[in-house]
Amino acid sequence: MIKTESFYDTPSPAGLTGIRAWLLTHDHKRLGLMYMWAILFWFVIAMLCGLLLRTELMSQGKTIMGPELYNSLFTLHGVIMVFLFVIPAIPAIFGNFFLPIQLGTDDVFFPRLNLFSWYLFMFGGLLALISLFSGEGFPDTGWTFYVPFSVEVNTNVSLTVMAAFTLGMSSMLTGLNFITTFHRMRDKQMGLMQIPLFTWSLYATAWVQILATPVISITLVLVVVERLFSVGLFDPDKGGDPILYQHLFWMYSHPAVYIMILPGMGVISEIIPVFSRKSIFGYKAIVWSSMGIAVAGSLVWAHHMYTSGMSDVSVFFFSLLTFLVAIPSAVKVFSWVATMYKGSIEMTPPLLLSLIFIYLFSIGGLTGLVLGAVGPDIHVHDTHFVVSHFHFVMFGGTGFAFFAALHFWWPKMFGIMYDFKKAYIGSILTAIGFLFHYIPMFILGMQGMPRRYYDYLPKYETGNFLAGFGAYLLCIGILIMFANLFMSFRQREPASSNPWGGTTLEWTVPSPPPLHNFVDKPQVMEFPYDFSEIAAQVKRGER
Amino acid sequence: MNPVQGVDQAFWYILGISIVLLFGITVVMVYFVIRYRRSKNPVSSDIRDNYLLEVIWTVVPTLIALSMFYVGWTSYIGLRAVPEDAMEIEVAGQMFSWLFVYENDKETENELVVPQGEAIKLNVTSLDVVHSLYIPAFRIKVDAVKGMDTYAWFYADKIGEYDIQCTEYCGVGHSAMLAKLRIVPKAEYLKWLDEEE
Repeated sequence: MIKTESFYDTPSPAGLTGIRAWLLTHDHKRLGLMYMWAILFWFVIAMLCGLLLRTELMSQGKTIMGPELYNSLFTLHGVIMVFLFVIPAIPAIFGNFFLPIQLGTDDVFFPRLNLFSWYLFMFGGLLALISLFSGEGFPDTGWTFYVPFSVEVNTNVSLTVMAAFTLGMSSMLTGLNFITTFHRMRDKQMGLMQIPLFTWSLYATAWVQILATPVISITLVLVVVERLFSVGLFDPDKGGDPILYQHLFWMYSHPAVYIMILPGMGVISEIIPVFSRKSIFGYKAIVWSSMGIAVAGSLVWAHHMYTSGMSDVSVFFFSLLTFLVAIPSAVKVFSWVATMYKGSIEMTPPLLLSLIFIYLFSIGGLTGLVLGAVGPDIHVHDTHFVVSHFHFVMFGGTGFAFFAALHFWWPKMFGIMYDFKKAYIGSILTAIGFLFHYIPMFILGMQGMPRRYYDYLPKYETGNFLAGFGAYLLCIGILIMFANLFMSFRQREPASSNPWGGTTLEWTVPSPPPLHNFVDKPQVMEFPYDFSEIAAQVKRGER
Repeated sequence: MNPVQGVDQAFWYILGISIVLLFGITVVMVYFVIRYRRSKNPVSSDIRDNYLLEVIWTVVPTLIALSMFYVGWTSYIGLRAVPEDAMEIEVAGQMFSWLFVYENDKETENELVVPQGEAIKLNVTSLDVVHSLYIPAFRIKVDAVKGMDTYAWFYADKIGEYDIQCTEYCGVGHSAMLAKLRIVPKAEYLKWLDEEE
């Protein structure tokens, strides 16, 4: 292959050199990387908040902090994890970097808007930071901002809520960019059923981002209006309805769960075929599952509200729909496992992380069935069972998919390879710590320990101690994993353009890609997961 | 049937099937990874789909899911269908304690005393923010919302002391918003009810 300049090395135009080459860039790849550093920063902050929370809970009574700080910390942990890590992580980093390349084009449809989204993201994060250190103290409402509590407390809720509003704008604009790019910029030869599954998952996600985010944005603005002008929308004293707030909140926040998990599923759908060197099983079923999840997932929000006092008729329908939305996820899990049947499987860190994803995500999904069923949910609703369940989905699922994506695309993004052995150690330790951390929480929840509890009854102490121990293992595992990736910048072991034997378009361009992504015209394959060419290369001894 | 049993049966039905499914998925996955490792199986087969298999693994889980919905829903009906002869107690949540008002207007804070052998209906509301009344032993939980009446009921079958907790985050004292449920023999209850506070 002819030596080409990567996007890092291509000289910037005059006036856009040095730091400006980054801060004023329209290049989707640079923006993806800028998101990466910001998001990793927030992830570490929120992780440390979580670690402090679990340390506090390791023994009964006051361990290291008082209840005010504890309540603020779990609010921070939730707000940062949800709005600054899990929602943006995969779409903003890997979506920005790889969606245009997988579609065979040189950038997103609105590159300037893409830069603007990044600034909105940074501004939202800044607002969140300012809200901590101004006004009447740390916000302490939980990330759910339930009324009337969030309207009555004196802490700086308005600013935190505006931060979430701004981050929502950023997320919507990114979604808009992905949809337009998907339709307008796709290579002319690429039909809908020739699009890689990662891009499909981002497309499904983008629709949810665009359609659901305005609901939370308006709702959060209403909370601020309520705080400032006491209009009486949600306050029962003035004839308002707190349940209305809960509906509006979950109308976004449940679909948001699918905003968080769909891109992760997309990542896994890329990784499993590559390391099995075999076509994904049931490509069309996976595409339809993604779209099905996006649609059905938008209709199940009130399963967070079985105990809220809404009518039993609503409870009936929301429970029924909840069980139906489980099916497309199950289809995906079966398809991933079936992909490996008669494959030629090579173990690598991204594959190991994907297998851990399948295991943990399955636990998260299956325990979701317990929560979808009305009777059992009444017992475990708002207990540690729920905390554990959604961490299995959001962290065991999206989090591990994020780690897998980092390890999978790292050589492509930076042109360098990391050390496998340390990556395995980090991944396995993270997984073991994860199980130690969250399995006790299932049991605590079944025993009846509520969530958001600063202190607890004596019978819950053993479980909380074990969970705290797991939290430390988990954090050490993650730090090893990250440290190993960062070490690769020093070792600079070069990676080839296609180190894994992938078939989607990003593997046909140099690592790291050149400024306009493609050196030659992209060759779109009849089917994106056709490994016959890779197999032929092996036969010829080229691989 | 006591609603507690219904809820627990639904719980174990769903969890049991889930554990079997999880075990199946994991075992098959690990088996494939080992059986078809590249050193042993250097050339993969080109299998892209299997219509019959995909239909089966869509339809069968749908049926299983619907059965889970059904058991979940019927166990919920048990929690909602209050026996006609149930004794009613008014409950109000406030930051950060529970108030209980009995038929003779006796009022207690953080202590709910009921006679054994009776069905007890709790009419729940809140004086300020949203709280949630939770008695794990009887699998009941219902939000306490100001300006709104909600209810839960349980059958006080066994004498003893049980925990009551708040499960809707309500501020600094949320985790300290605890109360005790005491189920006592009927005679003792009547005596207690007439006692001055």
